[in-house]
Amino acid sequence: MSDATTTSVPAASGRNIPDRLISPAARALKSWEMLLLIVAAAIFIANSLASPYFLDPWNLSDATFNFTEKAMIAFAMAMLIVAGDIDLSVGSAIALCSTVMGLAMAAGAGTPVLVLLGLGTGLACGAFNGLLVARFGLPSIVVTIGTMSLFRGISYIVLGDGAFTGYPASFAWFGQGYVFWVITVEMVIFTLAAIVFGVILHLTNFGRMVYAIGNNATAARFSGIRVDRIRFILFLLTGLMSGIAAICLTSRLGSTRPSIATGFELEVVTIVVLGGVSILGGSGSIPGVVIAALVMGLVTFGLGLLNVPGIVMSIIVGALLIGVIALPRLWSMLRRG
Amino acid sequence: MSILTKALTTAAMATALIAGSAQAEDMRIALVVKALGIGFFEAANKGAQEAAEELGDVEIIYTGPTDTTAEGQIEVINSLIAQKVDAIAVSANDTDALVPTLKKAMQRGITVISWDSGVAAEGRQMHLSPSSAPLIGNMIIKLAADNLPEGGEVAVLSATTTSTNQNTWIEEMNKVAGNYPDVKVVGTVYGDDLADKSYREAQGLMQTYPDLKAIIAPTSVGIVAAAQAVTDAGKIGEVNVTGLGLPSEMAGHVKSGASKSFAIWNPIDLGYSATMIAYHLAKGDATAEPGATIPMGRMGEATLDDNTEAAMADPFVYDESNVDEFSSIF
Repeated sequence: MSDATTTSVPAASGRNIPDRLISPAARALKSWEMLLLIVAAAIFIANSLASPYFLDPWNLSDATFNFTEKAMIAFAMAMLIVAGDIDLSVGSAIALCSTVMGLAMAAGAGTPVLVLLGLGTGLACGAFNGLLVARFGLPSIVVTIGTMSLFRGISYIVLGDGAFTGYPASFAWFGQGYVFWVITVEMVIFTLAAIVFGVILHLTNFGRMVYAIGNNATAARFSGIRVDRIRFILFLLTGLMSGIAAICLTSRLGSTRPSIATGFELEVVTIVVLGGVSILGGSGSIPGVVIAALVMGLVTFGLGLLNVPGIVMSIIVGALLIGVIALPRLWSMLRRG
Repeated sequence: MSILTKALTTAAMATALIAGSAQAEDMRIALVVKALGIGFFEAANKGAQEAAEELGDVEIIYTGPTDTTAEGQIEVINSLIAQKVDAIAVSANDTDALVPTLKKAMQRGITVISWDSGVAAEGRQMHLSPSSAPLIGNMIIKLAADNLPEGGEVAVLSATTTSTNQNTWIEEMNKVAGNYPDVKVVGTVYGDDLADKSYREAQGLMQTYPDLKAIIAPTSVGIVAAAQAVTDAGKIGEVNVTGLGLPSEMAGHVKSGASKSFAIWNPIDLGYSATMIAYHLAKGDATAEPGATIPMGRMGEATLDDNTEAAMADPFVYDESNVDEFSSIF
């Protein structure tokens, strides 16, 4: 990062660059986050009315497992998508991280080593993606579709149809532990990640540069932003969060199989898009992603309580996604006349 | 997040006190399957419903994830724990990954059993297998013997030389072969569970043993290939093909007469028995400990072994009379 001059990237050309610091209260009320919050509240009330089991602290605590791991990755993914890239290999990166941890566990490694290896493997996956995208200029969607098969393929070669089990008892803390009463360790990690990524994206130079790249990478480059380096760092962050999610998920499952976290990538992207991040890059916010994760968690858990079959559930989630995204457009079209 | 959580929990505590008194009369048993939309499990649900009807005060919650993933199954089980169901009977997508969640279910007083595809011992109270190796070994030779009143030569068409399941079954079959003195097992060949190799091996058997009366194929690939080889050789009526197969793949060969009967587990009975066991364990009139017996309604009793596993019954025999009914299921 060079210096503060980069913050004054002209915002007038085309899309505006949202800035929460100067947003008036009225704009906040009409914002995407507010709409999502209303949706979340509506779902919450509907759930409490529909099922007598919904409003139970322990049940709600259990329900958070439906989204915490995915949401952790979603924060990093949100920044990546704001910058105009995408990483579809996150689910497979989890599988690879988990496999590496399993190998180390089988060799007798203790919990601290397992955690370091999980984080390290995640970073390595991110670095590999970042290198191919930022250094060699390959399109991120192509690269990460490739690494999606590659990372999971390595897991399959190592494990075949076997599994690693018997993680040390202390390792279970990450995915099964409670910090205080019903507050799980995963919830705390989720909250911390939300704060850290919120600060990075919304309150730092780095965050402004991410928006600038997403709006116009060429202009950002001419403004003196080291675009490739920032894109590389974003992939690293996504890999790191995949590593953290892998630690949590492996700890929660207490075992590793190569099929672990199958399909996570699309659920992560769903949370990000539902959170109001433009899939074309350039806009979106971390609070939006937080609320979107809650919405997804509430919907799947609420429907689960009513024993709605998973097939119907995915239809509802799809409809919700399209509905929430289409609603503001329809609203503005109607108002214009 | 934190404000929301606080709001949630305060509201939750208030309502928990109010809602505490409302309780369902029926016992709720959840039948959790590997994934929804699979014929085998739909049939198991049919059996579970039958058991529920017979028991009277039971409600079946038939559920499962969309894909056969452990994570999906955990979400489903979490929501069942939240509903405070009385029992969970699960066919697991992963032997180990479900253990922490199922342990939690047991801690909260829910009866947990696995059926069909098992969970590691610490994650369930008992496991119900559809059958057992000795029962299967006996059944496959019995099927051959039943259709050979005068006895004769039979041969085995297996999968690979290293297939653990098939080797165990054949070993068990040889142990009881003395009970069928008229049936002479002349040899075992291996089709590697490949359709074309199995077909050629079956042809070879018929050439090597001209008096061959039956081929026993304890593999769903082998049995179809053998039936086809018999049909193509024009030996329907001379050589009977039997063993383990899927009704959907074998229906045609049963009708043509190439196979008079074959066996495989019956998913309806399996769902029925799992429900019965879950009911009795949840009710407390049976316990899941080594050596215990648990009633399974019309299926008799399940006897638990040292690993608290039990075998339901002999493999179910499919012939002309019932193969059509099941061929649409699996």
